[in-house]
Amino acid sequence: MGKIGLIIAREYLSRVRKKSFIIMTILGPLLFAGIAIVPTWLATRESTDQKVIWVLDESGYFDGKMENNGSVKFEMTHKSLEEAKAELINNKGVSLLYIPEIDINNKAEISFYSFNNPGFSLEKTIEGKIRTELENIKLINSGIEKEQLEQLKARVELSTYNLSKAGTENESSSEASSAVGYISAFLIYFFIFFYGAQIMRGVIEEKTSKVIEVIISSVKPFQLMMGKIIGVGAVGLTQFLLWTALSTGIVSVGSAILLKDVEPDKIESLAQNQPIKTPVKADTGNVIFDALKKVNFPLVIGCFVFYFLGGYLLYGALFAAVGSAVDSDADSQQFMLPITIPLIFSMVIIAAILKEPHGSLAVWTSIIPFTAPVVMMMRIPFDVPIWQIAASMLSVVGGFLATTWFAGRIYRIGIFMHGTKVNYKVLAKWFMMKI
Amino acid sequence: MDILSIRGISKSYGDHQALKDIHLNIPQNSIFGLLGPNGAGKTTLIRIITNIIMPDAGEIIFNGKPLEPDHVRAMGYLPEERGLYKKMKVAEQLVYLARLKGMAKSDAVRIIKEWFEKLDISSWYHKNVEDLSKGMQQKVQFIATVMHKPQLIILDEPFSGFDPVNANLIKDEILQLRDEGTTIIFSTHRMESVEELCDHICLIHDATTILNGPKNEIRNQFRSNTFIIEHRGNLDVLLNGYTCLSSTENDQIFRSEIQIPGRENLNDLLRSLADKVEIVSANEKIPSINDIFISQVTNSNNG
Repeated sequence: MGKIGLIIAREYLSRVRKKSFIIMTILGPLLFAGIAIVPTWLATRESTDQKVIWVLDESGYFDGKMENNGSVKFEMTHKSLEEAKAELINNKGVSLLYIPEIDINNKAEISFYSFNNPGFSLEKTIEGKIRTELENIKLINSGIEKEQLEQLKARVELSTYNLSKAGTENESSSEASSAVGYISAFLIYFFIFFYGAQIMRGVIEEKTSKVIEVIISSVKPFQLMMGKIIGVGAVGLTQFLLWTALSTGIVSVGSAILLKDVEPDKIESLAQNQPIKTPVKADTGNVIFDALKKVNFPLVIGCFVFYFLGGYLLYGALFAAVGSAVDSDADSQQFMLPITIPLIFSMVIIAAILKEPHGSLAVWTSIIPFTAPVVMMMRIPFDVPIWQIAASMLSVVGGFLATTWFAGRIYRIGIFMHGTKVNYKVLAKWFMMKI
Repeated sequence: MDILSIRGISKSYGDHQALKDIHLNIPQNSIFGLLGPNGAGKTTLIRIITNIIMPDAGEIIFNGKPLEPDHVRAMGYLPEERGLYKKMKVAEQLVYLARLKGMAKSDAVRIIKEWFEKLDISSWYHKNVEDLSKGMQQKVQFIATVMHKPQLIILDEPFSGFDPVNANLIKDEILQLRDEGTTIIFSTHRMESVEELCDHICLIHDATTILNGPKNEIRNQFRSNTFIIEHRGNLDVLLNGYTCLSSTENDQIFRSEIQIPGRENLNDLLRSLADKVEIVSANEKIPSINDIFISQVTNSNNG
């Protein structure tokens, strides 16, 4: 094993054996699984504290028209408004919806009484129900038959197709592409930050504990820096793979237990964020899976691995350089800024990229090496032209070589410097210095 | 034969000249004291020898050949500022350091065990470094420096952090290594250990060598023909050209330091004193390395 190999092995093993690594590896997937399962579980659970709403309908339009659902139960009441209000005091969980006589051609003034604020979504639900009902009544009044009314309801699903020069049509889905792109881009962003900081801390530790002085007669500074970057990267990759495997495992086991009584239809419609209603299409639940199928996964996974590692290596060297220049974590702030700005910038422009995945902002930022890993990953599911992918990858590789060379020149001097006040001028001097 | 020959080494960092045209020969199988006040350039010179940094000018000959990166394997360097990975086990750490120096894993394990027995620290084998005291860590680092059987060992303040018992233990190991044929460059501020251990010394001050040679020759060079005479009876008159530098009395016995002209010797001095006082003892005043160090450094600062 070469020296770099030994260094990688030490960096890797010393981190993987740490308690914090093991805890993170176990807790991470539990957290992910929690995020994935719990909301579904909560949403599908039959609500025990169903909200009861008394409907006092003086207009007579709504008798039997207010449909109950999981969280709301409507009960028609025929008491007077004063009586009903008085009774609310004894039934604090109950709310009162008062629909007075309505002139259908004017704005309907409807009142809602309750002891607690009803919440935005309930308010909108009730408003929507009443509006739809009144619209139906108006349509019927203007002479449209009930059957015609049913037929008038429009159902729309927009399928998008990407044309290629070869003449083939690929069905695409913006939602699925956005989701895949966003998740991959975010993972890369997170990974660079989290493990970049670990590289930096590792370098600071070697510097402040003076281990560097002992080791440096056996290895070149550059070997030590690269060994650390690769070793820490391998730890990150291990953690990522373990997370993926464990999360998948926990999600499938967890879903099987928690959601075993829930009809699949329900989960699938929840997954699309649609309220449960009579199925519009029998295969509505498969839409999301169909959409995902339209994403070119081999390309996405290939690019993900490339930008995941490429982005990490590109920034990793810079984090190592910062670590070598300072004496403690606290001093690192001033030098972290130029590293974090392009990363944060690439997250900030994501909304703009999603709006226009092939606009000039998107193209340029996915070729500039510092923003490429995050931005290009965001764009990959949207069928990026090959030449742009090639240019972006070349630029990331070139950027990696450049930052590593640059960082190496700072690092070889920085690791020996203690107690000096370091600023950018000093860094420039180190950079130019020959050893 | 010289294991290491330093020829005209210069090095500067920006405006600061760390070393100026240094020439040194370090004979094989000797203990070579590299002395100098703080900031004189010792660490820079050591880093050039261990190939950590490159000189601006000059060359280094190791075993008759210009220094190459591979030669560093035949060296062991114990830096003044030293540390270990705190979270690693002692043995694991030593094996790692040994392998970085090119040893096979099995050899490393065997030799490290030998050293642990030799220094009577076998019980630390599986301890974490952070659980060791400073002196214990210094022992571990000493092993790290010598375990790959280097031909040249460079020790920068090897005794710092040791109690007298352990300092002696390490001193004996250093002497034994010398007897087994290893050359040792020894950099320290503790002059009594230089006096005791070194065969050759070199004094670096302000980036230049101001003294260099075998320890005894250097001492002779600084003899000032001064003698310490203990005598009964007051000494009031001296011969022309003789100077009494100091005289103290204790229980009727006077102790006088007398410097005589260069062409005369102790016999002449005694002859001149014999009929005046009763001589109890007579010794030449030989300057200590400490005196030489201080006088040379202050002289050159004043000059």
